[in-house]
Amino acid sequence: MSNQESRATPAFRMSRRKMMKGVAAVLGALALPEKDAPASVWESFFQKHFREMSKPELEKVLARLEKEYSEKYRKAVKVRATPPIEGVLYGYGLDLSRCIGCRRCVYACVQENNQSRDPQIHYIRVLQLNKERGVDLEEAEHYYNPSKVPEKGHFYMPVQCHQCENPPCTKVCPVQATWKERDGIVVVDYNWCIGCRYCMAACPYGARHFNWKKPGLPAAEMNPETHYLGNRPRPVGVVEKCTYCIQRVRNTPGRYTACVEICPVGARKFGNLLDPESEIRYIIENKRVFILKEDLNTRPKFYYFYAT
Amino acid sequence: MKRERSRCAFLLGALALVLPLAAGSAVAARAPEGKPGAVGKVRTASAEEKQFAVPTPPFTPGIFPCSECHKEMKPNPTRRELKDEHTNIVLNHAQGQRWCLDCHDISNRDKLHLVSGEKIGFDESYRLCGQCHGDKYRDWKVGVHGKRTGMWNGEKQYLLCVHCHNPHDPRFKPLAPLPPPTRPENVK
Repeated sequence: MSNQESRATPAFRMSRRKMMKGVAAVLGALALPEKDAPASVWESFFQKHFREMSKPELEKVLARLEKEYSEKYRKAVKVRATPPIEGVLYGYGLDLSRCIGCRRCVYACVQENNQSRDPQIHYIRVLQLNKERGVDLEEAEHYYNPSKVPEKGHFYMPVQCHQCENPPCTKVCPVQATWKERDGIVVVDYNWCIGCRYCMAACPYGARHFNWKKPGLPAAEMNPETHYLGNRPRPVGVVEKCTYCIQRVRNTPGRYTACVEICPVGARKFGNLLDPESEIRYIIENKRVFILKEDLNTRPKFYYFYAT
Repeated sequence: MKRERSRCAFLLGALALVLPLAAGSAVAARAPEGKPGAVGKVRTASAEEKQFAVPTPPFTPGIFPCSECHKEMKPNPTRRELKDEHTNIVLNHAQGQRWCLDCHDISNRDKLHLVSGEKIGFDESYRLCGQCHGDKYRDWKVGVHGKRTGMWNGEKQYLLCVHCHNPHDPRFKPLAPLPPPTRPENVK
């Protein structure tokens, strides 16, 4: 009796296409923030790319981030988006005849740039090389741990982001979340990064680092002077890198980077490549300079030299 | 015109002030300022090397001014091993050819002297070092040798040679390195 429905009356039928549409809609809805998520989550979800934001939009975003971070770290956090200074192209010099491999720079950088302590992220990797072999990266060791450095017969070569003039990392980014600024600094918009890590594969210097876990940054050690494209706290699942301490160097007058300031032997040099009076220009014009992996045509603005 | 003339007059006046200072080295023009050992206070060196703002030299606490002790003593210019005072100083810096009074002035213990006989303060010691280490001095002046902090596009602060090198034993001492990065297999 109940099963009187004949085959003549069409049952509820769904075409494969409609079905897929529905699945896509549900999945899409799942990707959205929860219904009762705070307004800031919705705002960040619909935030534009850094370079497409107008000034008022950017200011709104900065204010939101400042509020968010200040609450999270319980201190007044400043997030700036200082633009590049006109007529400046940053260059870095590192005196290989001075560096003693003490790793002071590594930890000064972590502190300045709010890197994750646990899991550990270091922008600078200090390679220990054999004096007899020279710059032979196959032989490089960066887990060395003697009681005193320098060790006999060795020299040290810190490697960090070389801020290439022709950066391979920015070309491979499918969403253009990383790019080279006018002053030569290669930056990442952490809100736009999708964490595909193509840039890490493309970088020949191993200078990019991925946040596999939520960055472990103790509130007490958090540096509250931040830059949107630099040392502001990073979310999980994004790539980060050295930005020549963008929050320091873009001011007028601008401070030296944290690694330059800490280096006990003064092996690290920094300045404006377009200023003929700067020390970096003096080094390039008067010292024996080389760049790492020159054959790849990445044209780094990080110059190793021997001052003696 | 008037402004130019007044500027000329000012320059002449300044010159008149500076010349006797530079020539009359007998007059201790400036009393050494700042507490000994208080690094960090910036001051400008002499008129000749005005561009270098250096912190106060790293004196051992209580040792400066040297004339405090030396004013009672009769200067003894003979080369000898010091037995009573300064015994902690072991000269490891061209020790065969050199001794105290090659750098320290015999008549004014608060000064150093150059080969030319010019007396200089301890805050200008880089000129003394530069006499032998000309290449390093040249590099230091342009900011290539040694540590230079401050602003990359503004005021820079130099360190004296003696802030990194012990003048009596100049070789840079080995340091304990900070811990190595975690090996990937130990990352949890």
